[in-house]
Amino acid sequence: MTTTLPAYDEVVARYEPVIGLETHVELGTNTKMFCGCPTDFGGEPNTRVCPVCLGLPGSLPVANAAAIEATIRIGLALNCSIATWCRFARKNYFYPDMPKNFQISQYDEPLCVDGYLDVDVNGETVRIGIERVHLEEDTGKTLHVGGATGRIHGATESLVDYNRAGIPLVEIVTKPIPGTGALAPEVARAYVTELRDVIRSLGVSDVRMEEGSLRCDVNTSLNLPGQEWGTRTETKNVNSLRSVERAVRSEMLRQAAVLDAGGRITQETRHFHEDTGDTTPGRSKETATDYRYFPEPDLVPLAPDPAWVAELKAALPELPRLHRRRLQQDWGLSEADMQSVLNAGAVELIEATVAAGATPAAARKWWLGELSRRANETGVELADVGATPAQVAELQGLVDAGKLNDKLARTVLEGVVAGEGSPTEIMTNRKLEVVSDTGALTAAVDEAIAANSAIADKVRSGKVAAAGALVGAVMKATRGQADAQTVRTLILERLGVEG
Amino acid sequence: MAAISREEVAHLARLSRLAVTEEELDTFAGQLDVILQSVAQVGEVAAADIPPTSHSVPLTNVLRADVVTPCLTPEEALSGAPDAEEQRFRVPRILDEDVAS
Repeated sequence: MTTTLPAYDEVVARYEPVIGLETHVELGTNTKMFCGCPTDFGGEPNTRVCPVCLGLPGSLPVANAAAIEATIRIGLALNCSIATWCRFARKNYFYPDMPKNFQISQYDEPLCVDGYLDVDVNGETVRIGIERVHLEEDTGKTLHVGGATGRIHGATESLVDYNRAGIPLVEIVTKPIPGTGALAPEVARAYVTELRDVIRSLGVSDVRMEEGSLRCDVNTSLNLPGQEWGTRTETKNVNSLRSVERAVRSEMLRQAAVLDAGGRITQETRHFHEDTGDTTPGRSKETATDYRYFPEPDLVPLAPDPAWVAELKAALPELPRLHRRRLQQDWGLSEADMQSVLNAGAVELIEATVAAGATPAAARKWWLGELSRRANETGVELADVGATPAQVAELQGLVDAGKLNDKLARTVLEGVVAGEGSPTEIMTNRKLEVVSDTGALTAAVDEAIAANSAIADKVRSGKVAAAGALVGAVMKATRGQADAQTVRTLILERLGVEG
Repeated sequence: MAAISREEVAHLARLSRLAVTEEELDTFAGQLDVILQSVAQVGEVAAADIPPTSHSVPLTNVLRADVVTPCLTPEEALSGAPDAEEQRFRVPRILDEDVAS
């Protein structure tokens, strides 16, 4: 493409974006949606298959109760209404990723409808409408052979592994999201992030984008202010949170360039490329009628008992956003301070450190200070920096007990990160404990007074501030292993001055 | 007027990956038309107070516990496949027509 893309600022000044997101989540059930094959990731090809998920003649599907429950819980967490009666539907298509030439899905009767999810973007709350949450089965994995770089284009044949075929897949579709303007890419990312956190808090999926248990398609359109919404494109292959943001942005720029040149946007599926950050056209979609949906005759309708649904609702865990709000209050943090904790990815680490006995202030100090700096330097996530919440709490315990001062504690923490052992072990092995033996300290104080008699006289004459130099001398003599406050008190005592 | 056109039958045949000759299109369009008209007659009888039937047995919530059951071996799974490679089902080129359908 040789088209020059317009600047983002200009695009959002001229056009209004409307976005929408379709997210697929693989449930972490033990077994597949309609058969008892296991769902664990990474088995040898075609070792987790049976007549049902291979679509062999005469086999009959039976729905997994745990998957139904998990889907309803997701719907409830997203403030949806739960259907009192609904059916599965067959989506008919010819593509070898499903061996039976159809996928069991839901069509006009999804299990959950009409909810919302509140997300925080730049300190503002944006309410994202949820159109539907429905349950379907995942497809197999195809390996394209003979073409360039494993792509389907130019491939001479494909090899199919059906281990993944039939794993319960929840599809969550937002309503169109207008009115976000320049923030559209960030809103998209914030939504997927929040959705991931909500689903993780429910414990129904490991929601790992890199392993494909959370997958996202992004719809984007542009329109002139005051005019009807534009034609949308659907971008697939968006495999990280960062890519969600980049995909919306790049599609906004591409569409603006087309519209600026007087062109029209084609309704199509596009593929996002992680390396270049742009999208290219993909397989043009069959329309909904071409899928010839009809009620799945091999499965009876679902009719969740409203009393049971109410029980599930009452038993939902505290959701991440409210949880964060509560932590912010408990920890006494301002919006800005909480935001820096969130940006550092430190919420759970601080929470665990507090649970292990540290005060919130101390836990935050270590994770946002030394450890964040260290993580930035070495380019790792904070959680992988090499220190655990329990170790940080133990370290702070040693500080609180007067065994380590701040400087020594930082030295010990370096040892922890380097894998030398627990804070107590490192303190003992490297003899870093604060000198608390008053006899030894008194001797050091007397030496310092003798060596600095002029300063000592100043202090005696009432210039208490001059004592700092003596404290420094003692600290130097004890290689920093004394408690500065104790030293100061001792010096003033020795010189007969009131602190 | 016919309930289904020759073009619609051709479209359905393509969606179903059925190779249908020109003469067959005429034959099937005629036969399907008779079927659809018969169904339309039933539709005339159906009133608003009669819910459509999708399942003949009045059952709901037939569910299975989330418990693993034995799978086929890969050899068994692939035994009916026309072709296999690397323990996977081997299928011919997927996009051989025009990319767009």
